[in-house]
Amino acid sequence: MKKYFSDLVTGAKSLVAGFIVTFKALLSPVVTVQYPREKLPVGKGYRGHPILILEDDTGRPKCIACGSCMRLCPSQCITVQGEKKEGDKRKYPTVFQVDFTRCSLCGTCSEVCPVAALEYSDVYGLAGFTREEFQYDLLADLPGLVETGFKPVSAD
Amino acid sequence: MTPQAVSKPIHYRYFINMGPQHPSTHGVLRLVVGLYGEYVLSLEPVIGYGHRMQELMAERRPWPAFLPNTARMDYACGLPHQHCYLLAIEKMLGIAVAQRGEYLRVITTEINRIVSHLLWLGANLLDLGAFTPILYCFDDRENFLDILEDVTGSRLTHCWYRAGGVLNDVPADFADRLRAVIKRMYGRFEIYKNLVTDNIIFQKRTKDIGIITPDLARRYGATGPVLRGSGIAYDIRKSMPYSIYPQLDFDIPVGEQGDCFDRYIVHIEEMRQSLRIIEQCIDRLPEGEVRTKLPKKMTLPPGDCTFSVEGARGEVTYYLVGDGSDVPYRLKVRAPCFSNLSLLPELCEDMLLADMIATMGSLDLVIPEVDR
Repeated sequence: MKKYFSDLVTGAKSLVAGFIVTFKALLSPVVTVQYPREKLPVGKGYRGHPILILEDDTGRPKCIACGSCMRLCPSQCITVQGEKKEGDKRKYPTVFQVDFTRCSLCGTCSEVCPVAALEYSDVYGLAGFTREEFQYDLLADLPGLVETGFKPVSAD
Repeated sequence: MTPQAVSKPIHYRYFINMGPQHPSTHGVLRLVVGLYGEYVLSLEPVIGYGHRMQELMAERRPWPAFLPNTARMDYACGLPHQHCYLLAIEKMLGIAVAQRGEYLRVITTEINRIVSHLLWLGANLLDLGAFTPILYCFDDRENFLDILEDVTGSRLTHCWYRAGGVLNDVPADFADRLRAVIKRMYGRFEIYKNLVTDNIIFQKRTKDIGIITPDLARRYGATGPVLRGSGIAYDIRKSMPYSIYPQLDFDIPVGEQGDCFDRYIVHIEEMRQSLRIIEQCIDRLPEGEVRTKLPKKMTLPPGDCTFSVEGARGEVTYYLVGDGSDVPYRLKVRAPCFSNLSLLPELCEDMLLADMIATMGSLDLVIPEVDR
């Protein structure tokens, strides 16, 4: 009987100790970010979908269409074709497509690129209604922020 | 707590399907539960809803291309999986790992362990009906994830380790930020003690519930906090030391009798030990290259190789067979959750349904790792 009441007291004390914790949290500053209304800056190493980097002087893609990224992509979602046109010093890509529905954002493509022509964008929160919206043509939408077909959810 | 139900004829039993979409199965796990009233007479886990043929995928592509997959097995704690895969590869190819890279690997693995334990802590308490603690857990978890995100580039599916080290060096303010977060985390244990450990409702729900005897744990090959909760100090980091763990000073927390409460204590203590490991690693972090230079294409020699590391849930083992090409001939993954789940049917016989939920939560199951 005595144990019953002592248990009751220690139990009640433990609950009060818990309430003190939550009450302190009530008075401490808010840490939650109200996401669609306020946004945090994207992290430095964030991996979004791949984008092509342009040459500074000519404004044409740095890509030499060697196809390393296409071969090593674990999801096989990159298609690259290129040709050397008359008057060019090297090959330029004619087709550069990324199937974003399959991309796992692993970063292998930009890592293996011998001329550092691929980078990550910092676009996030992409959503769409059809699969076709995520067939990105990186050449058509240079420098990579795709404007056609879809808008990021976060863009309001 | 043996119910009289056991002596009743079997046709008193009725079945319910718990899952595959049930909030407290933490993934696509289906449990076929035979009940008599509220007592569990039989329980059968049905797995495979998340099967993605990860092992077969590894046998169809060059070994570097499998690296992103390793984090997809255990989504809560992916870095130990990647660590294990690469250590197996490096053992097979005889690659020397850059010292700084190895230290960074251990630091991030331990951060990942803390992140995973915090997620478990919140989710397990949510199963028990306590909503508040998960908000505190996610607050802490967020601090660690922010650091991991800046380093590895993603929050969950990390792919940062490479053969011979890590992909890139850490930001300059890495150590200072990490020290600040660790200092804060040490202070948070007091909050968890007041909010959870001492709480009378939590104790009544977990003490003497779901007792895993050392014998039961050994028979099913349970590892990780499940085994250590039963009082067996088995941790790969100590019993089969790998990487730089032999040079580090840390303890293996063990429970006393193996109930849900002991497993909770082990998880909390492990977080403390991980913080200790990270602190030591930051202090000793050597300068230099983070990755050794390697030839572009490396083929796996004929032969096999196995490697085990301690993941957040137990022993992770990768068994690799090479045949002279750069595509592995066979890859077998031993995931700890599969063994830990397999002891659930025997453990939960004659148990109340609510206690079964508490027990299952305390096993820290990640279903994609079971299914693979």
